[in-house]
Amino acid sequence: MKTTLADVRSTLPRAAWWIACVCVSVLVLYPLAVMVSQSLKKPSEATENPPTLYPHGLSLENYRALGNTGQFGIWQHVSNSLLVAAGTTLLTMLLATLAGYGFAKLRFRGSGVLFFIILATFMIPFQAIITPLFSILHDMGLSDTLLGLTLVYTTFQLPFGIFLMRNSFASVPASIEEAALVDGCGLVSAMARVLLPVAIPGLISTALFTFFASWNEFFAALILVTDESKFTLPVTLTVLASNQLGTLNWGLMQAGVAVTAIPCIVLYLLLQRYYVAGLVAGAVK
Amino acid sequence: MTKTISPPVAPSRPVARAAEPRRPWLSTRRRRQLMGMAMVSPALVVVTVFFLVPLVMTFWMSLHDWPLLGDHSFTGLANYRRAIHDTDWLHAIRFTLTYTVLITPILLVAGLAVAFLVHRGGRAARVFQSIFFLPVVIGFAAGAFLWLYLAQPGLGPLADLAARFGLAGRDTNWFATATSGLLVVTAMVVWKVTGMQMLLLLSGMQAIPGELTEAARIDGASRWKAFLHVTLPLLRPTLALVLVFSVAGSLLAFDQFYIMTAGGPSNGTITAVYQIYRTSFINFDLGYGAALSAILMVALAAVSAVQMLLLRNSDHS
Repeated sequence: MKTTLADVRSTLPRAAWWIACVCVSVLVLYPLAVMVSQSLKKPSEATENPPTLYPHGLSLENYRALGNTGQFGIWQHVSNSLLVAAGTTLLTMLLATLAGYGFAKLRFRGSGVLFFIILATFMIPFQAIITPLFSILHDMGLSDTLLGLTLVYTTFQLPFGIFLMRNSFASVPASIEEAALVDGCGLVSAMARVLLPVAIPGLISTALFTFFASWNEFFAALILVTDESKFTLPVTLTVLASNQLGTLNWGLMQAGVAVTAIPCIVLYLLLQRYYVAGLVAGAVK
Repeated sequence: MTKTISPPVAPSRPVARAAEPRRPWLSTRRRRQLMGMAMVSPALVVVTVFFLVPLVMTFWMSLHDWPLLGDHSFTGLANYRRAIHDTDWLHAIRFTLTYTVLITPILLVAGLAVAFLVHRGGRAARVFQSIFFLPVVIGFAAGAFLWLYLAQPGLGPLADLAARFGLAGRDTNWFATATSGLLVVTAMVVWKVTGMQMLLLLSGMQAIPGELTEAARIDGASRWKAFLHVTLPLLRPTLALVLVFSVAGSLLAFDQFYIMTAGGPSNGTITAVYQIYRTSFINFDLGYGAALSAILMVALAAVSAVQMLLLRNSDHS
């Protein structure tokens, strides 16, 4: 076949596009590759200067060593993180579903104002009210507890969750709900059996956002929890970094980073459809 | 509900049913309203206790000398007067603004460029989109520790690369000066946040009808010209949103500086939130910390107000 000028003109930009995309991908993926390769090096290789590009001897030693670093070992902190993230996610899903339905379908006097107040939480970040939060948790006997942290996270994930759920419920035509009521459903079972299935994508988005945010949160966890046995993973990384001062084991630290980051990456790759949809719905309003 | 089993009914039935005086003291409408209040109230209780009360308390505490232990005493506006002359605080504000001014345009341009790249159909574009978004789901703490290693003098792969290309000595410590430390942190944040900017901009681009750019292309405009003169102007609301996200995020920066530079060297990279953290939780001067928080809150409220304004204005276009 002979190549015409038009063919060249149309292939060139396409090639350029591929090259650009691959280059950006390398920039994006390179740090992640370093994280994985560093965590799989033997401790002696991990501190070589200059660094090796890939592990010359694969070893799980760093991951094994994570089990008994710090006072408690990494698994304690993994389970702390799981407890807080799962607790926050479940609580947020429950409260956001109830409130979202209430705001969307069961209007009452003042519900518009209340919805606005809840949305206002969006605009004021919790970094700005951390000082009194600390005292309030202290007064409630919740300082230094995972429950306290869970409640604080729930509060700050709720506005977005309620917003998403309200929109999900509002998009269900009133006629469907009425039909359910006519068929003898109560308000609550109408919600559970008819409306909730329609709102499931919104609910999954809410759950994903909440899980990522509470799993990764650092600032509040650093301040509100000071007992090392209750550290969540991101704060635990500071312990890994400060443990053996002078002879810092970077392989060990990257193993800790990998344990923190990889669950999020896997979850995102599995459920990215919902994550992206929720984000776009929230941003475009 | 009652035991009566409703037969399969035509949609016209409910009206008649609702009017039936089954429960004379509670109409269906009233019942729905009460139900609504009941369903909203758990969320309201949580938001009140952990958001509204601390919000009011921030302002109340800021008017006091409030140590962690012991009695607090009312001091009026003394904390605010102190803040105006506090060189540490002023330095933290200046540094936070520098960081914001530095990173916002980088993020915007990087986000736009990447969004422009992947704004097309096809499986390949979708795969690249997913790849570019990947760092967003990793937490700031994990990202910061990862980059802390990447940039370590001698040991870190980035430092190694720079040395190989002759950009810096093998043992140049990038965390030795506030400026180079700031640049490393900026690189980390650009790596982590660009994907988010891309996704938001992409959603804005996809909302623009394809016929508009197509028409421009048929009229002979290049892809780039069409983007510049058709897409970009129509993208204004999304641009405003993305801009405010990154400005608000930068004004609240803490994790990355706490982890990567520890505020150093010689407190050169202390941000506003970092200074609040030090005041309240290192020096346990809660009253003064609350006053600094209140100042930060007002600044953020201003950013949000500007956001509203920008978005409202662009609605008309």
